[in-house]
Amino acid sequence: MLRRLSPLAVLAAFSMLASVAHAQTLRIGLAEDPDVLDPTLARTFVGRIVFAAMCDKLVDIDDKLGIVPQLATSWQWSPDQKSLTMKLRPGVLFQDGEKMDAAAVKYSIERHKTMAGSNRRGELAPVTSVDVVDPLTVRLNLSAPFAPLLAQLADRAGMIVSPKAATAEGDKFGTHPVCAGPFKFVERVAQDRIVLERFKEYWDKDSIHFDKIVYTPIPDSTVRLANLRSGQLDFVERLAASDVAKVKADPKLKLSKITEIGYQGITINVGKSEESQKNPLGRDPRVREAFELSLDRDGIVQVVMDGEADPGNQWVAPSNPFYAKNVPIPKRNVARAKELLKEAGVTNPSFTLMTATTADAQRIAQVVQAMAREAGFDVKIQSTEFATSLDMADKGQFDAYVLAWSGRADPDGNIYSFDACKQPLNYAGYCKPEVDDILKRSRTTGDIAERKKLFGELAAIVLKDRPIVYLYHRHWLWAYTSKLTGLRTIPDGLVRVQDLRFQ
Amino acid sequence: MLTYLVRRIAQIVPTLLVASVLIFGLQQLLPGDPAMVLAGEERDPAVIAHLRETMHLDKPLPVQYVYWLNGVLHGNLGESQRAQLPVTTLIAQKLPVTIELACLALVIAIAIGIPAGVIAAVRHNTPWDYGANVVALWGLSTPNFWLGIMLILLFSVTLGWLPASGYVSPFESLRENLAAMIMPAFVLGNAIAAVLMRHTRSAMLQVLSSDYVRTARAKGVLERNVVLKHALRNALIPIITLGALEFGTLLSGAVLTEQVFTIPGFGKLIVDAVFNRDYAVVQGVVLFTATAYIVLNLLADIAYAIANPRIRAQ
Repeated sequence: MLRRLSPLAVLAAFSMLASVAHAQTLRIGLAEDPDVLDPTLARTFVGRIVFAAMCDKLVDIDDKLGIVPQLATSWQWSPDQKSLTMKLRPGVLFQDGEKMDAAAVKYSIERHKTMAGSNRRGELAPVTSVDVVDPLTVRLNLSAPFAPLLAQLADRAGMIVSPKAATAEGDKFGTHPVCAGPFKFVERVAQDRIVLERFKEYWDKDSIHFDKIVYTPIPDSTVRLANLRSGQLDFVERLAASDVAKVKADPKLKLSKITEIGYQGITINVGKSEESQKNPLGRDPRVREAFELSLDRDGIVQVVMDGEADPGNQWVAPSNPFYAKNVPIPKRNVARAKELLKEAGVTNPSFTLMTATTADAQRIAQVVQAMAREAGFDVKIQSTEFATSLDMADKGQFDAYVLAWSGRADPDGNIYSFDACKQPLNYAGYCKPEVDDILKRSRTTGDIAERKKLFGELAAIVLKDRPIVYLYHRHWLWAYTSKLTGLRTIPDGLVRVQDLRFQ
Repeated sequence: MLTYLVRRIAQIVPTLLVASVLIFGLQQLLPGDPAMVLAGEERDPAVIAHLRETMHLDKPLPVQYVYWLNGVLHGNLGESQRAQLPVTTLIAQKLPVTIELACLALVIAIAIGIPAGVIAAVRHNTPWDYGANVVALWGLSTPNFWLGIMLILLFSVTLGWLPASGYVSPFESLRENLAAMIMPAFVLGNAIAAVLMRHTRSAMLQVLSSDYVRTARAKGVLERNVVLKHALRNALIPIITLGALEFGTLLSGAVLTEQVFTIPGFGKLIVDAVFNRDYAVVQGVVLFTATAYIVLNLLADIAYAIANPRIRAQ
């Protein structure tokens, strides 16, 4: 029996079963398993990729980070900038057949603001109340002008859920989410798949060309790519930079890249705990300047990311409209770095660089260690499992920490929580009243030119103090079957399913 | 036999209780604040406070343990904070997958390991023996993840015969299920086959040189019957133990293979839970695995008793 059923014969038999692509199903490989699929409670980047197909938002962003209509067709700020009136798209239905109207918007925003465990509360903090003006008009009232609000409404805070379903499911809504997006939730098997099915009454149904989307989390990028190459998947997000050449060489595959809105950087403990004052790096801005000058960002990008990132020195990439041109990327200057260290009276400063155990973070640490050594720095690398490193960062038990941020559409989301006094993500422990003042002003003015000017002032101060040494902005790398067309590359790294189709 | 069974089952209760305290206690030694990890990128202090409250992290440790034990005794292992699903649901989703994988792997391991071990012992110090040893050494020393990726590259990417990864329920399509499972089962079975082969070989060598085998041969029993009926049955005792233990290991230890082939099984569940500090899942899964180990050991003991009447008498 065993001889007759030789392994080769079995394999040959299975070869015939190798699955045939379902023409109308889009199969997407994700780098992680998303967390709960409730826009109010959701906390991960990868979850937002799924939401992009399931939950429409009041507004969306375009490839230039401009705000464009989605469920809201137009909006108007009041003269004092303290209320935002939005006109809603008529005739929009939720996936359970309920009407999407001003009352639903009021319900959703209030849910975001009040539900226990809501991750949206902070994003919508300045919103004090929501008025239903008429069935297709809502007014958001603010305690003070808040320029980043529209960008917040282009993310999960702007996702409108069906009040009927959300009331019925309560905190279990994430297991059966009902929104007003192009695809409705069918099933989810944790760590295995999320299945969405086309919502036939979607308001923009002509732009949808798939019947089904299946998301499969595959953490290993090699395996993710192997699935794409063998035809098990149609699309993979976050391709490893080292696999770019392989994808380019394969005529069956295509590649897209976008510069992320987040950044990769090194957070320095400048005041989070007493430890910061014990180390010259945390104590003396000249030592931090010397550290930055010892780094060659182009070299780091080449070695760590195979060139698949934009070198950067700010919270936004140089290509971003809010990049402060008055503080360009400094060139590597080891001689000047040595001089600065001499001035500071520490020619061989030593510090510990904490990193998570991901391959990228470790490589950054190694390259930084080698580059900084030439200026006289003695960098000790401490690889720490992510949850532990986070805990140590929060307690201020570190000198420097390699930490990335996935980014927000409005630059405020990349700065405020990190540089304003006592904010939850301010691991550096940075606190300066004039910085807080500029940050507050940048939030209260809606004028783009004025905000740019304020971010320039901010850059002049913060980038000199260096609570964070920004290194680069990764490219979101997407690989997909060459049959797939209509892909739009939006800097937030989320896959828009509208207009996607197989040729 | 009955008193033997009762005695063995009575031993389980204190063992499980000690295991539960250990599981709960050891987990507290994990550095890092689970509420902070679960709070996601934003780490809103209000969210962290809410999570601490729902996870009872704001209560003293013994109180947390009592909460948990009370739930366990009522069949409630708590709720995953990340997936927002009951741990029992997660286990019910993942366990059948891993059991299937473990069974297939064990079948492959037995089909390769025991015959190879018997042949190596019977043909002791011949090219057959050396060949089996080389294969066993290869099986033992090939890392699972490497073999997995190589198989994917060969059978999925190059030849396009098998799906690279994923899982299809056998109730949906048995063929697709087996197509998805054969590579991971082979990868897992391969390493165990090597262990089984080595053990079968040494046990068989020992038994084949014992007096009763010599007697059987002297009586003129067919060599085939000497090997398979007289020797193998006795040599199987340590192999059953090993098989049961390996099966237990497979339930929790198929992590890397599940990771490579993206099989949504038990191993992946626990590893992700540890990294996400999803305490309820870690506790539930570890308790379940500990119970499974203990029960498998019991079954192995019963199997000995059946295979060897002397044990019953002791």
